[in-house]
Amino acid sequence: MGFHVNESQFDAWLTEQQKTYDIYAPKCFAGGNTFSDVDCIRYGKVNSISKIVFDQKSEYSFKEVLTPISQTLFFFTEEQCKEADPPKKGAIIFLRSCDLHALKRLDDMYLHNGPADYYYKRIRDNIKIVLIGCKHSFESCFCVSMGTNISENYDMSINVADGVYELNCKDVTWNQFFLDLGASRHLVVPDQVHENKTVVKIPVNLTADVARSSMWEQYNKRCINCGRCNFVCPTCTCFTMQDLYYTENAKVGERRRVWASCMVDGFTDVAGGGSYRKKNGERMRFKVLHKVLDYKQRNGYHMCVGCGRCDDICPEYISFSHCVNKLGDAMKEVTK
Amino acid sequence: MVRNDYIPFSSEILEVIKHTDIEYTFRMAFRGDVKPGQFFEVSIPKYGEAPISVSGIGDGFVDLTIRRVGKVTNEVFEHYVGDRLLMRGPYGNGFDLENYKGKELIIIAGGTGVSPVRGVISYFAEHADERKDMTLIAGFKSVKDLLFKDDFPYWREKMNVILTLDSGEETTEHKIGLVTKYIPDLKLQDVSKAVAIVVGPPAMMRFSVKGLLERGFREENIWISHERKMCCGLGKCGHCKVNDTYICLDGPVFNYTKGKTLID
Ligand SMILES: Cc1cc2nc3c(=O)[nH]c(=O)nc-3n(C[C@H](O)[C@H](O)[C@H](O)COP(=O)(O)OP(=O)(O)OC[C@H]3O[C@@H](n4cnc5c(N)ncnc54)[C@H](O)[C@@H]3O)c2cc1C
Ligand code: SF4
Ligand code: SF4
Ligand code: FES
Repeated sequence: MGFHVNESQFDAWLTEQQKTYDIYAPKCFAGGNTFSDVDCIRYGKVNSISKIVFDQKSEYSFKEVLTPISQTLFFFTEEQCKEADPPKKGAIIFLRSCDLHALKRLDDMYLHNGPADYYYKRIRDNIKIVLIGCKHSFESCFCVSMGTNISENYDMSINVADGVYELNCKDVTWNQFFLDLGASRHLVVPDQVHENKTVVKIPVNLTADVARSSMWEQYNKRCINCGRCNFVCPTCTCFTMQDLYYTENAKVGERRRVWASCMVDGFTDVAGGGSYRKKNGERMRFKVLHKVLDYKQRNGYHMCVGCGRCDDICPEYISFSHCVNKLGDAMKEVTK
Repeated sequence: MVRNDYIPFSSEILEVIKHTDIEYTFRMAFRGDVKPGQFFEVSIPKYGEAPISVSGIGDGFVDLTIRRVGKVTNEVFEHYVGDRLLMRGPYGNGFDLENYKGKELIIIAGGTGVSPVRGVISYFAEHADERKDMTLIAGFKSVKDLLFKDDFPYWREKMNVILTLDSGEETTEHKIGLVTKYIPDLKLQDVSKAVAIVVGPPAMMRFSVKGLLERGFREENIWISHERKMCCGLGKCGHCKVNDTYICLDGPVFNYTKGKTLID
């Protein structure tokens, strides 16, 4: 059902939902930027729609709700391992179309690549999605190129218009809630973009042979292997295990998994000093080909969703989309 | 409900077999299906986890032959019979014995690379009727580095064994030279049908496979086992990924036709 609601009506719905859900949405963290004290838009809990940032793209994605930056798996005591408790409430996540497509990628990685992941599944089973409509695309977005600009699998969508919030709601109990509130009914279609300023072309003849191209060398020096491009990416899922002890001698502690990045030193290190992909250009090649080649070979569709966050975050102004657009020439170079 | 694969079980050390100063076999209590070439994540709270291959399988136990090289493995060596280690697994595909049955079999293994194939060697030692001629080429750095010393006399009875050391003096027990040195002289009845397994350090595997191909082995008749950093063993952490392949899920054992395509 479609509705037009005002701020207080929407907040009444949020208040009702907070009984059973934590509400996650992009919000502004003042001075929260990682590398200067400017503001940062990232995901956090909200209790009022006025706190949700709609006019900018979040620097970090929603993925931390499902795969926390640092997640305790279990606690050790001297005698046993005790599983960490799940979040007390389910989660309602506000996200855009590209990110909803990213959720499919997280699902395929955590639920279908090998056995289903217990910790992911127990959060995933209790989430609901509110799709934020995109009236315009942002500078770096290329969702149209990646085919992620349109989404259907949401529980509710929201368009921000002058003074009203336009909702398209698929959840039966939520519909009833808005009807009971006396919200006015309208036909609502989620805002969606049909073209982006940034256009990306993945060559159809792309193969892993492109690894031999000289194009990767330019990144050896330019890239500083900080890993921000992986951390902001809604489809990157890698993690490292970490044991943590509360005090040096105590026999109690916990095992966690924490976000890892294939761009950062140590990702492939094995005992005795061995490591693969020492050069940053090789890491760039590994990351880019994962996003636009080998994930598809494994799963049948591309991993990259075109959100453009990696281009926005890179302190060295390295552009993923430019890099992908160079792959065509690189293929010519290696096949001639 | 989905199973929690991350919480390890506690397993008792039933026996410790010392091979060298830094390589021991820990016989761990275990009941369940497991194949040679598969691995467990062995862990010690506070120190972390390490993937370790199964080097032997028996009634109520698995053998883990561990080289002491760092944080986790050092701490494992502080444990002895009666103590317990945490484990989860087994993971990975392991060797499929069916690929080698009824065929001439060559196994080339270097150093700790003998661990993952030890189960295959033992099987075909005990079931000599299930294969044709078999040759094991096992290489170690020096006499001090020899693993599974007690297995060799039995293996020698059952198959052609070439035990070789990188350096030192030749004796009746062992020769001197790299494993690759013995490939050109391998006696083979029909190289087009013979099968081979190669496991060891990356350079050793590369040159051994090259030697086999030069002898006329078919690529599809060669199997190798890869090692990469692994944090989960479950296809989730991403550390072991090479191209579209997760070594922990799709491997660590690969037919060479697939293994050769992996570009790090
Ligand atoms: C499939 C597989 C089978 C293995 N089988 C054996 C075996 O039978 N016997 C044996 O002694 N060793 C084996 N290894 C290597 C063993 O896992 C490492 O030596 C061990 O992880 C070192 O851990 P550490 O904490 O003692 O060393 P450190 O140098 O302190 O730490 C090395 C770090 O790298 C991690 N790591 C993850 N994967 C690897 C890897 N492949 N190689 C090295 N480090 C790794 C460790 O967990 C640790 O975090 C195997 C590795 C793999 C992938
Ligand atoms: S990539 Fe497309 S869906 Fe994502 S924020 Fe930009 S315009 Fe919206
Ligand atoms: S591409 Fe940019 S963001 Fe990514 S690791 Fe390199 S410097 Fe950091
Ligand atoms: S070890 Fe984690 S994905 Fe293979």
